[in-house]
Amino acid sequence: MTVNSDQLARQIRVLALQMVHRARASHIASALSIADILAVLYGGAMRFSPTEPHAADRDRFILSKGHACVAVYAALAARGVIPLEALDSYGQDLSPLMNHISHKVTGVEFSTGSLGHGLPFGVGKALAAKRRHEDWRTFVQLSDGEMDEGSNWEALMFAAHHKLDNLVAIIDYNKLQSMTTIARTLALEPLADKLRAFGWAVREADGHDHQALSALLCSTPWEPGKPSIVIAHTTKGKGVSFMENKVEWHYRSPNDEQLRLALAELEHDNA
Amino acid sequence: MRNAFIHELMALATQDPSIALIVGDLGYSVIEPFADTFPERFVNAGVAEQNMMGLAAGMASEGYHVFVYSIANFPTFRCAEQIRNDVAYHKLPVTVVSVGGGLAYGGLGYSHHAVQDYALMRTLPNMLIAAPGDPMEVRACMRYLAANPQPSYLRLGKAGEPELHPTVPVVEPGKWLPVHVRPGATRTLLSTGATAERATHWCDEPAFADCSLHSMPLWGMASKPLQAAQLDAWQQVITVEDHLEDAGFGAWLLESLDRVPALRSRLVRKALDARVCGMVGSQATLNRLGGLDL
Repeated sequence: MTVNSDQLARQIRVLALQMVHRARASHIASALSIADILAVLYGGAMRFSPTEPHAADRDRFILSKGHACVAVYAALAARGVIPLEALDSYGQDLSPLMNHISHKVTGVEFSTGSLGHGLPFGVGKALAAKRRHEDWRTFVQLSDGEMDEGSNWEALMFAAHHKLDNLVAIIDYNKLQSMTTIARTLALEPLADKLRAFGWAVREADGHDHQALSALLCSTPWEPGKPSIVIAHTTKGKGVSFMENKVEWHYRSPNDEQLRLALAELEHDNA
Repeated sequence: MRNAFIHELMALATQDPSIALIVGDLGYSVIEPFADTFPERFVNAGVAEQNMMGLAAGMASEGYHVFVYSIANFPTFRCAEQIRNDVAYHKLPVTVVSVGGGLAYGGLGYSHHAVQDYALMRTLPNMLIAAPGDPMEVRACMRYLAANPQPSYLRLGKAGEPELHPTVPVVEPGKWLPVHVRPGATRTLLSTGATAERATHWCDEPAFADCSLHSMPLWGMASKPLQAAQLDAWQQVITVEDHLEDAGFGAWLLESLDRVPALRSRLVRKALDARVCGMVGSQATLNRLGGLDL
């Protein structure tokens, strides 16, 4: 089934905004930052069937930046894995749709929320596939801020050593972390050089350019024997002008008027 | 216990193709037979415990029962959050194996003294603690875990512990396992982990001539409700553990009696005093200085 990834990305943004508004939740800017990456993955780059979300040969997707979960819940609903109405319960008492990604939601592989857990877990999945000679891939969505975590660098080293070329990591490099910029907090640069030095095949792309992302994510491994990592240059809050590149939208929840303005911007972009 | 562990793991892995072993660059001269026989199911994760535990969870999510082997606090405290979130919360079949439980590595200093591990593990829902008292109980625990794969913590002593059972006993979570039963005894020692051997020596002393000995090799949060009825059969129960008194095995048993407070006075706890933290010496010396004597 062909999916228009532009429409999917827009739907992810709309649903994500509506969820955080309804639940008065945080982290909308982090979700908007990866909406295009998810649209490309769930729109065709991953081997994925909405009617068989647990198929043995599916590609696995791990959201390591679990706070951006609304983008994944939205993608799963937009693709029909979970009903759209299920999103209404996001953040409500006893809902499986928790404010950090939850494996209790159909189609979600792994719960995170504490950073630095997704890549080691994905490494285990990729190693399992290699050892059993299975051909599915594992995708791990990382944030830039979480690259502060030592566990990620342990996993980077391990994956390269074990030649896990069925593993694909994507860094959402929006240059902002919880308090301020990456550069002011704990500098990551030269990031690409570091990742290459760790033995990964590294590509950089505009994290909102579907064509570029699709070309990369559909063609791994780029270098046989090496795990692949996309440094996706993104804009935190992408798609809603007053949220873009603003640290405060890591925390704030849109009020009624802000939601209306945000949805209007997305509608305008769609016209 | 180390040797019983690897021999049993080899036997189980021969029967069950899902069993895998990950080590944290430790186990020299112990784990080689497994690595040589099952290279596709063996990984040395290097000195990187967080990744080791995370990747164990990832493999377990794909159908492996992963045994993760390292020393003392390295596979527990160093990667506690990976055990909590990745393994226990997701109910994945990972067995964390720590060799050198208690003060087995007494001379190596506080970094190598595993005297708070029960405290960590017993607060995790879904986590089953396996603390065998002898090599036979090691085998029994492993057979139980292989038949019932789940988040679990296997605490081993070191090597050379005597066998307290003539054959491999059948063990169940929360069930007291008779080690030395004296007809007519009204009280019993109840040991978990490698202190069972020490407790057998106590049984030989005149002061404990009226005392039986049980071991509790499998326990955890879920097995608390089974305790009051077993304890009620005795006038006195003396728990024995090479773990700090705070939040240890005896404390766990005491908590299990919250709904039957009349039984609490029958419980006496022998555990390590915190003053042993930071001391170095042989296991026997430190256990004695920590209060595990008569």
